[in-house]
Amino acid sequence: MALSPLQFPATTLPPATLALRDEVRSFLAAERANGGFTPLCDGWLTPSFDFSRKMGQRGFLGLTWPKRYGGQERSQMDRFVVTAEVLAWGAPVAAHWIADRQTGPLLLRVGTEAQRQTFLPRIVAGEYYFAVAMSEPDAGSDLANVRTMATPRPGGGWLLNGAKVWTSNAHEYHAMVVFCRTASQSSERHRGFSQFMVERTQPGVTINPIRLITGQHHFNEVVFNNVELSEAQLLGQEGDGWAQVTHELAFERSGPERFMSTYPLLCQVIDELGAAADQRARTAVGQLVAQFWTLYHMSMRVFSRLAAGLDADTEAVLVKELGSRLEKEVAEVLRLVIDCAPSLHSAMRIEALFAKAILHSPSFSPRGGTSEILRGIIARGLGLR
Amino acid sequence: MNDDNILATTAARVFDDLAPLATRSAAADDTWQAELWQTLEEHGMTLAAVPEHLGGAGATLSDAFTLLTVAGRHSAPAPLAETFLAGWLLSTAHMQVPRGPLSIVAADKHTELVLRPHGQGWQLRGYARRVPWARHAEHLDLLATGDSRDYVVCVPRSACAVVHGDNLAGEPRDDVRFDDVVLRDLQVVPAGHGIDHDALKLMGACARACQMAGALDRVLDLALRYVSERVQFGRALAKFQAIQHQLATLAGEAAAAAVAADSAAIAVEALGPALAAFDIAAAKIRCGAAAGSGAAIAHQVHGAMGFTADYPLHHATRRLWSWRDDFGNEAYWAERLGAQVCARGGDALWLSLSSPGDVTARSSAPA
Repeated sequence: MALSPLQFPATTLPPATLALRDEVRSFLAAERANGGFTPLCDGWLTPSFDFSRKMGQRGFLGLTWPKRYGGQERSQMDRFVVTAEVLAWGAPVAAHWIADRQTGPLLLRVGTEAQRQTFLPRIVAGEYYFAVAMSEPDAGSDLANVRTMATPRPGGGWLLNGAKVWTSNAHEYHAMVVFCRTASQSSERHRGFSQFMVERTQPGVTINPIRLITGQHHFNEVVFNNVELSEAQLLGQEGDGWAQVTHELAFERSGPERFMSTYPLLCQVIDELGAAADQRARTAVGQLVAQFWTLYHMSMRVFSRLAAGLDADTEAVLVKELGSRLEKEVAEVLRLVIDCAPSLHSAMRIEALFAKAILHSPSFSPRGGTSEILRGIIARGLGLR
Repeated sequence: MNDDNILATTAARVFDDLAPLATRSAAADDTWQAELWQTLEEHGMTLAAVPEHLGGAGATLSDAFTLLTVAGRHSAPAPLAETFLAGWLLSTAHMQVPRGPLSIVAADKHTELVLRPHGQGWQLRGYARRVPWARHAEHLDLLATGDSRDYVVCVPRSACAVVHGDNLAGEPRDDVRFDDVVLRDLQVVPAGHGIDHDALKLMGACARACQMAGALDRVLDLALRYVSERVQFGRALAKFQAIQHQLATLAGEAAAAAVAADSAAIAVEALGPALAAFDIAAAKIRCGAAAGSGAAIAHQVHGAMGFTADYPLHHATRRLWSWRDDFGNEAYWAERLGAQVCARGGDALWLSLSSPGDVTARSSAPA
């Protein structure tokens, strides 16, 4: 009996899951071959509406959802392999990512029948995209400090006021899920929050770009000025927002997107090195491969625990903590074994991949929880806090 | 890791009873624990994975690797891993596996072995360095080349000259000379298909990975206990954020090692060592890395206490520092794994990485 409180029991992928994986692989191979996409790092932050629609047409979205909403009623492990495949191939999957990973499951858990009927079939088709509006200037890791507020209106509904930051791709997507207060701060820090679905084009919504260090327009500041919200826009119960956003954090933290963001760079370097790789290069590659292999197994094991409805929250956090360090290490290790001049604008794929892996590296730890926050959660799981 | 089975829990109890960490002296690392060995043997743990008709308990390879994880967790002062490897090697050649402690001679640059026909049997001449537990083993098992093919050889230790040596943990690592040792026919059997020096090295690496995973579990446990009990500046060390973060990192290393070793063991069970080479290499690299960084953190949070012979941390950490070098260190396996991966290309990497136990993905492009 292991002494550690953290458990990672072995799991196997059933034949139906392996068959689905083959199906996704042939789809991705064909797409890459016909120019449908070029492998990139951080593909899950890069939207392509075309690609998302194709994923939808092939039935790769909303995999676990009920058939009456267009889903496939497949297992969470099926979703795991699809997720791992698209990341391994470096496909541009951002457009549907949040809707498929978070918004859909949230609607299924707490949404009204009308909301499910309205949104789920469109998400499944890869045609309707959600952003997440949570962070604020004074509420980053400390999400409970959110100040954006929805105040009840006479006659029903709310008026939304406040500002969100780091809202990824909100300028391109149809709607966003806004996490805000519906009651003033009380002694219980996690009370009084709610979630609303707000459309990008609603009157009173202003979206301003916040440029990344790459120059890309990815982040936004979203300002809400007396935005009128109807009852139909409330997601779940008023006041239950905190429990709703934290419910499936473990799935978000243990998924392959937490360690595979720079995997396409490793593949490209391997192709460039080829059989002529020298000793130093071979050793560097082998060392990274060992870490990817280990995290793949850890992630799969945690995912299967969660899929079975078992508690694996600390284990999930641990995958993310190890994973975001590996994501950074890839470029740091490989730049020393291959001579190249990284640039986002280089025509050489390897130079562009290096550039993105390095310039995106500051985001690997903060997104999904900074390493410092995560280590604190792990310490709690170990019984130290 | 499935170490809740009866074999594993029994083994843990045997180690706790007969070789308790708390009272064990470092001076006894190389002394023979006869009662411990006899008890392990009575429980069928020493030859767990050897088929019954060859003298073993007929358990699976996976069960045997689990046992080694438990042994690592308890810093077991016994050649369980070596006896497992020797038993495996002999059974691949359908040889009867003798009772008593066994060890194996792994090929390395210091090893020279020549096997020659001699009358009705054979004659073995040569030299091997740092053979684990050789002085206590009743037989030494090895692969040697004679008339241009590999043979599995079982040599009585009494026929060898043994010079004592040790590793960082004080475990016996002896030099052995084979001075024209005469062997009967039954002690020399042609190696089975796919059984060669590399297969033995792979099995050894997987065994050490499991032992390291067990030792890291112990190291984490000791560190968690210590920081919760030790008070400085008016509060337990566990209440300092800097210490919490150190232990979170240590837990990550221990978990990575546990998953890596277990996954490799599962791959070996499904595919055998040659087709599981990718997984074994990755596991040995990851466990070796975790051994170094995990031991460092554990000692850091223990301060001077962990540096003393009386406190049990060193039983695990000195073994971690030793085992990471056995059967190829991280650099050896990383270079080998990297060479294979680079030769096969980026697309093939994902197939190997994501296909645990998938025979078709492996056999189409073997390691």
